[in-house]
Amino acid sequence: MNYEGKKKIWSEFQKEIPDDKYFYARSCIRQNFNPGAEQAFLDIVRNRFGKDFYEDPLHTTCGGIAYHSDTTPEETSMTIIARQFSLMNQAGYRNFVVSCVTSFGLHSEILQTWEEHPEIEEKIHELLWKACRREFTKPDFLMHSSDMMYHYRFLISEQAKYPLINVRTGEPLKVVEHIGCHYSKIFPSKSVGGAEYPRVLAGLVEALGGSVVDYPERRHCCGFGFRQYLVKANRGYSLTNTYKKFESMEPFHPDLIITNCPGCNYFLDRWQYVIAETTGKTYGDTPGYGIPVLSSEEVAALVMGYDPWDLGLQMHQVAVEPLLDKMGVQYDKSAKYKGPGGKDLGVPVSPANIRIF
Amino acid sequence: MIDFGYGISPSSAINLERFDRARFDRLCAEEPDVLKCMACGSCAASCPTAGHGNMNLRKVILLLGRGCDSDALAMTRSCMLCGKCLLVCPRGINTRHLILSINKIYK
Repeated sequence: MNYEGKKKIWSEFQKEIPDDKYFYARSCIRQNFNPGAEQAFLDIVRNRFGKDFYEDPLHTTCGGIAYHSDTTPEETSMTIIARQFSLMNQAGYRNFVVSCVTSFGLHSEILQTWEEHPEIEEKIHELLWKACRREFTKPDFLMHSSDMMYHYRFLISEQAKYPLINVRTGEPLKVVEHIGCHYSKIFPSKSVGGAEYPRVLAGLVEALGGSVVDYPERRHCCGFGFRQYLVKANRGYSLTNTYKKFESMEPFHPDLIITNCPGCNYFLDRWQYVIAETTGKTYGDTPGYGIPVLSSEEVAALVMGYDPWDLGLQMHQVAVEPLLDKMGVQYDKSAKYKGPGGKDLGVPVSPANIRIF
Repeated sequence: MIDFGYGISPSSAINLERFDRARFDRLCAEEPDVLKCMACGSCAASCPTAGHGNMNLRKVILLLGRGCDSDALAMTRSCMLCGKCLLVCPRGINTRHLILSINKIYK
């Protein structure tokens, strides 16, 4: 084998990730469904690693959901994103971090469009000025939050309290890694590892002690899409994609699914409920409970010893307790449905076919 | 069980390990030209049954290779054996003879 040639090819799939001074843009989906994930992410980078991570309260959605649902033109998203860049410039930062994979894909698409069509960028400068009297310059680096987790994987590993090891058997936990399509399938060169061999989650899992499951439908889409789930007539398509993935991974008995996309995370989690309620089937080696689905930040925080209920893991459909027990995480069972200050949040109704604790 | 108003669609995946390849192998032995097809679609484009039949030789070969025999045979029923596809095939496949062989082997 020509190792020099191989090295050269792989060099094209590496991504330069700066080490400090980040500007953060949140995810709409994640803020609503798993708010603890972003809070933990900011806390890890700022307080555990001591990095400068700025978040401007004036930043907004990127408009990605509306754009991908064909309800707004791309120019609208371009102007919104130009405003985010303007906020970043105003705060004195050059490294833009996006929390959502769809948003990351949209930012990459827009930057590439401006690169190839400078006249469109010029038009957006005009539109932004007319809309809110702002000006902007493009960021030096665009990163997704999972890029950051990958970049800091060895630091996370150094501070690991509960590595991804089954404490009962001493074996690495079997982890399915699912990469959001918009992370690497649109612009492979903007990701870690490209579209065919994305390394961003596999590298994190291995650094934290887990083993990555390689199953036939590993690179298959979760089915989330936008029109797939927004239009009820198409929703079966979304569900069927997820079902296909679960059927494919089932023989490998995964302990955990880790994703880097808020949409994949939500649907791989919630569709397990729908599959259970329509077919009576659950997956995973704890009968009746399903396979927990966590984001890369939630996994990192859990490994570093964050309290699972502070992380908001009770917001997931699939119960995480079997996973916590495998990892040996210490947690208070009675505090699962307690909010800040011990406020009782109420216990959700238990579905018929997929159980909760 | 709950009816959500949508559901899981049956898989359209074809497991090539599971279908009996004996007849397709026999077809390939009797009509080796079937393997020459590059699926250009000239046969389908020139077929006079277009508009009132669903004959598409390119698709027939594809379906037979995938084990969807009944769908393929249903298509060949529209064929009038006029031989226009034979005249346009860039790989020189004797398509009329091929269709007759398909009907003989898969009858």
